[in-house]
Amino acid sequence: MNTLITILFLVFAVFILVAAIMTVTVKNIVHAALWLISSFFGVGALYLLMEAEFLGVAQVLIYVGAVSILILFAIMLTRDLEGSQNRQLTPRWWIALLVPAALFGLLIVPTVMTHAWQLPPPPAGQPPSISGAQQIGTAFMREYLLPFEVAAILLLVAMIGAIVVAFEEREQRRRVLTLAEQVRLRRQRQQQVATLPEPAVSAVQPSEATGGET
Amino acid sequence: MPSMTEAVPLPWVLTLAGALFCVGLFGALSRRNTVGILLGIELMLNAVNINLVAFWRYLEPNVVAGQTFALFVITVAAAEAAIGLAMIIAIYRARQTVNADEVDSLRG
Repeated sequence: MNTLITILFLVFAVFILVAAIMTVTVKNIVHAALWLISSFFGVGALYLLMEAEFLGVAQVLIYVGAVSILILFAIMLTRDLEGSQNRQLTPRWWIALLVPAALFGLLIVPTVMTHAWQLPPPPAGQPPSISGAQQIGTAFMREYLLPFEVAAILLLVAMIGAIVVAFEEREQRRRVLTLAEQVRLRRQRQQQVATLPEPAVSAVQPSEATGGET
Repeated sequence: MPSMTEAVPLPWVLTLAGALFCVGLFGALSRRNTVGILLGIELMLNAVNINLVAFWRYLEPNVVAGQTFALFVITVAAAEAAIGLAMIIAIYRARQTVNADEVDSLRG
């Protein structure tokens, strides 16, 4: 049974890491968002494995359900077709690779591996008492009541702030082009470039014909 | 009753969280697209949450503080995503671009 849990953990860990690496390296930003969603799913499964069932459900509801939809909408509203062929990484991305690699190899792994963790001894007879959703609810209504209310006000402020930041006055409002409008605009431009000489010729010919008759 | 605390040592979980944090940090530092930067930040917040839940489960399983803290981090992450994406949309309206290195009017 323990080996099964170990295998499950390793599978989830590899899944989370592969999805995260794809998120930061893949070229198409929509694909990056989809990889991020699968990474969120893996983290939620890891929460369930660690017996934090309320957090697992909250992870799926909030991250997979709400945040990722928000990100996908923002990508759809701000995507420019011309820029999608450009490179996605900064020109000096190897410096950006150096910093996290050094942080991981020199700081995180040595600290985590060498620290002596004071693990509580496993209880002999009865199963250990683990705080679940009921205890979390009680704690939110008692000792964490003030942070709970502050979090509620934070969400309200964030909602109002997001509306204020993204809102434009009607007189100075410029429309954000949808993807279909961008495609149409680009096709129009291409057609104008392709058919520019022809209207000039066709405009000259009728006037000459009418001029010749009169 | 098998549990994760016996099957998987704590340093493995912390190493996973550290690796996820570093991947997210790389994404936040290297992406040109501002939405891509935000994706990296979300990955980093998730790594922090894994750490919090792991410490709760392995060290203090009968105290709710670990899970409560993780829930507050999720709340703040949701608020941060909403504000950040609203700012990206406002920047796109004003400058017709979402590339971070083209939004440089504060550059000295």
